[in-house]
Amino acid sequence: MTNALSTLLETRDWLMADGATGTNLFNMGLMSGDAPEMWNVEETAKITALYKGAADAGSDIFLTNSFGANASRLKLHGAQGRVHELNKAAAELGREVADASGRTVVVAGSVGPTGEIMSPMGTLTHARAVEMFHEQAEGLKAGGADVLWVETISAAEEFRAAAEAFALADMPWCGTMSFDTAGRTMMGLTSAEMVKTVTKIANQPIAFGANCGVGASDLLRTVLGFAAAGPTAPIIAKGNAGIPKYHDGHIHYDGTPELMADYAVLARDCGATIIGGCCGTTPEHLRAMRDALETRPKGPRPTLDAITEVLGGFSSASDGTDGAGPVAAPRRGRRRRP
Amino acid sequence: MSDEDHDIILSELNDEDLVAQMFDDLYDGMKEEIEEGVNILIARGWPPYRVLTEALVGGMTIVGHDFRDGILFVPEVLLAANAMKGGMFILKPLLIATGAPRVGKMVIGTVKGDIHDIGKNLVGMMMEGAGFEVVDLGINNAVDAYIDALLAEDADILGMSALLTTTMPYMKVVIDTMIEKGIRDDYIVMVGGAPLNEEFGKAIGADAYCRDAAVAVETAKTLIARKHNQGAAHA
Repeated sequence: MTNALSTLLETRDWLMADGATGTNLFNMGLMSGDAPEMWNVEETAKITALYKGAADAGSDIFLTNSFGANASRLKLHGAQGRVHELNKAAAELGREVADASGRTVVVAGSVGPTGEIMSPMGTLTHARAVEMFHEQAEGLKAGGADVLWVETISAAEEFRAAAEAFALADMPWCGTMSFDTAGRTMMGLTSAEMVKTVTKIANQPIAFGANCGVGASDLLRTVLGFAAAGPTAPIIAKGNAGIPKYHDGHIHYDGTPELMADYAVLARDCGATIIGGCCGTTPEHLRAMRDALETRPKGPRPTLDAITEVLGGFSSASDGTDGAGPVAAPRRGRRRRP
Repeated sequence: MSDEDHDIILSELNDEDLVAQMFDDLYDGMKEEIEEGVNILIARGWPPYRVLTEALVGGMTIVGHDFRDGILFVPEVLLAANAMKGGMFILKPLLIATGAPRVGKMVIGTVKGDIHDIGKNLVGMMMEGAGFEVVDLGINNAVDAYIDALLAEDADILGMSALLTTTMPYMKVVIDTMIEKGIRDDYIVMVGGAPLNEEFGKAIGADAYCRDAAVAVETAKTLIARKHNQGAAHA
């Protein structure tokens, strides 16, 4: 299938994605607790400015303001009936910015998690998850998104449901998970296990990877884990700009543009092809990242020590891929494990 | 006998072996076995409070430690908590009837604008597993919902959860409102959620940031003990 992202990947060794959505919208006056997606119709100039900020800073790809625009999340704001409209609007504004940029900029339709646990652990059925993702996908497609981009996922089942929905919408896609718990996703998935999950999906993504999570160091350890597992698709790295600090009612991430520039170059050395930021990453960070990716040469794959030296320590000693993780408590009874 | 391990009959185990087996069964999320174990201990004359603390709380403590240490993850903990709830369902009326000691009461909820409740549910379950009473307000809570519940329930602890950078600042709105109303110091305020950290907790005026459900339980126990000690000192 021909799409702007695949075409770019054929001609370039690396691509730069965008930075944050939520934290950048806060800087534009979004109030805590409000749905950012309402701005796709109520504050269109600000959303255009958000996209333009990334595109002007050198991003080859930017994600639309539609992370929470699924029926489950919009229900909070009584807007579960506006899924199509809000996603379409998010993509349309993106299309305008991309087309006016004078170069190829990919509009990636952001799809966040449903926020529910899938059965059998939780109550969300596979069919309902596919239905919700499909509804969102059709809206983004109608608005002119080049690709769909599911992000911050923690459960393999939810990732698979999104892939199935995107096939129904006949749209190419990318997908990233958030590795925020001892180097794994909240549901316990390791980087190597995600590669296995991705490999088995019938509707293959254009690229896959990690976003958000803890800090830039952890994210690169995850990328090294992907690369070591022999993936068949390009790797995406979208890490947070440091960790969040609170100042006068606002969240500020402590990672400097210089740190994110180092992170970007290291991400490429680790094996990532699509490199961007997540929470806290502003256009200023993106400019520094773009400059570093263009001017610094690609280096050898860094060791874990080399990563911590530049970006700081990891949140846990092991990420579950090295066999050196913590060991379960000894069993006390006599029954064999079920 | 190769099937020996599968053929354990709980009622044939002595108290010590039965409790040990219940620890494993909780760890493995085996609800029916936990219900059976609770019933056996009650039938043997164990006071309900002893069943709660020695069998269920003891077992959930191990689950909590392995969750904290990155050995168990959300799916396993949900199963364990579900098994524990099966036991609690039997114990609850008995605990009330026997006037068992009160550990503490927590009002917990996800903040306004946020629907994520996985972490919040885990905290609630683990707190119940540790013997606390838990009033769960669900998702998307505005400041009034929290404060009304704290007052109505005569709670000791307020727990707030957020999974989004766009919703976590709302915690400060709640705490600031509590200060305005002059009730902030009547409660222990604990906060948690993926994008938070210790410094954020301090900056917004919470008593504690808890990285996960196991830490939340430990923190709650420590802070409740401190509060009781202070109460005794002032008396």
